Amino acid sequence: MLKIEAIFRPERVNAVSDALADIGVTGFHYQNVTGQGRQAGIEVVIGRGGTTTTRSAVSKTLLVTVVEDDKKDAVIEAIVSATRSGEIGDGKIFVTAVSDAIRVRTGESGETAL
Amino acid sequence: MDSGHTSWMLIATALVFFMTPGLAFFYGGLVRAKNLVNTMMMSFMAIAIVSIVWVLWGYSLAFGTGNAFIGDFSHFGLSGIAFASAEGEDIPPLLFVAFQMMFAVITPALITGAFAERFKFSTYLIFLVIWSTVVYSPITHWVWASNGWLWELGALDFAGGTVIHINAGIAAVAASLIVGKRRNPGLQPNNVPYVILGAAILWFGWFGFNAGSALSAGDSAANALLVTSLAASTAALTWGVISHLKTGKMGAVGVATGAVAGLVAITPAAGAVNAMGSLAIGFGAGLICFFAVELLHKTNMDDALDVFAVHGIGGIWGAIATGIFATTLITGGTSGLIEDGNIKQVGIQAVGVIATLVYSGVVSFIILFILDKIPGLGLRADEADEDLGLDLASHGEQATVRDGAD
Repeated sequence: MLKIEAIFRPERVNAVSDALADIGVTGFHYQNVTGQGRQAGIEVVIGRGGTTTTRSAVSKTLLVTVVEDDKKDAVIEAIVSATRSGEIGDGKIFVTAVSDAIRVRTGESGETAL
Repeated sequence: MDSGHTSWMLIATALVFFMTPGLAFFYGGLVRAKNLVNTMMMSFMAIAIVSIVWVLWGYSLAFGTGNAFIGDFSHFGLSGIAFASAEGEDIPPLLFVAFQMMFAVITPALITGAFAERFKFSTYLIFLVIWSTVVYSPITHWVWASNGWLWELGALDFAGGTVIHINAGIAAVAASLIVGKRRNPGLQPNNVPYVILGAAILWFGWFGFNAGSALSAGDSAANALLVTSLAASTAALTWGVISHLKTGKMGAVGVATGAVAGLVAITPAAGAVNAMGSLAIGFGAGLICFFAVELLHKTNMDDALDVFAVHGIGGIWGAIATGIFATTLITGGTSGLIEDGNIKQVGIQAVGVIATLVYSGVVSFIILFILDKIPGLGLRADEADEDLGLDLASHGEQATVRDGAD
């Protein structure tokens, strides 16, 4: 099993959701996060409008899904196709191994619990 | 009693009341989210406490005969204030008490911006009683009582530029210095829409504040309402343009602050200048207060919400500008510098400014110094409370609960 975490522009969340549904991935969760990437933050006006500073306050959406190993490429392709604009700030995808999963209702574990 | 005048003054009184909740939103939006409830409570409790102080002895000390510097206790508990209007009185005496009460309420609430996010709440409640009694009532007497020394000198302060704004502004300096800096100030306001909402409510309430200060429904009130709105517009625009020239963006917080600065500056002048004068006063307020904020941020003083830069400096500009732009037609006698070179009026205005700065600055400092030394009181919230946020520490509440378990 693999955990795929994708960080992308918040306005792409519906497109990602649709793209995942198209390949049969219906389970995921996401949240709004702030942070910074290579661009090192964003300029904000502070005080009473006389000063600006750089803050790591770029809004992104972080989506997490856990899938069977053989779905890795399809999931990545779905997310990339839904989020890529070619501009700086499109985001990143991280893939990590997951040792187990448990469905709370039935107690099933492993891939059958996904 | 004249029903037309009375109707307007009843409405004006309610409008001035509304300014304090407006201020709560203005200040509340500017602080960190963990101190939002506390900051709004400071304004709200000023309504609760100062109203009571006012009818018990505050009004009497402000408008009782007394001497040139302070009233007396002859109207303690409103004794001697008639229920029925006397022959020739436009408005009921109790309406004047209520109208003035709303001014007494908002003035200490303005100061709270200086020590926001770190002041001990219990001490603040006591501060309200003492400051209102020892600072607000005497200065009101100087300016607005018929035997007050600034009134007799001929100082023009239509709606309270010295009494309210310079007074609160310099008290804010005393408070910032003695309370000390915030441990970890936030960079950005927690809620910009609250700041805009608060500034808009202040603007709306200011129509009662300034046009109501005519104490009648007539020519003077109409002029005051118009110049009030124009000064706010001009200052907001000026502030926004400078902000855009300097940063490349026009921040809403800056524009809202500019509007408030314009309202402050026009306050003493609303019964003295015409529409063209108000454009000049608004422009000056936007320009001067913008750079006052910039300059004061470079000092070591942590006046958290820029009370001195906006109300103190804006109030001083307004007081002096009143002497510059006053016209005989509107004041009903006193002329200004531009109209006929009456430099003397500018001098009289400056006397009022300096007297208020010195008295309020020194006495406010002494009050806070003593409160700091009294065992069990003290000015500063505990470090742990300040870090946790005063909403939970002082009130056991949070502005917004986000954990989904509510």
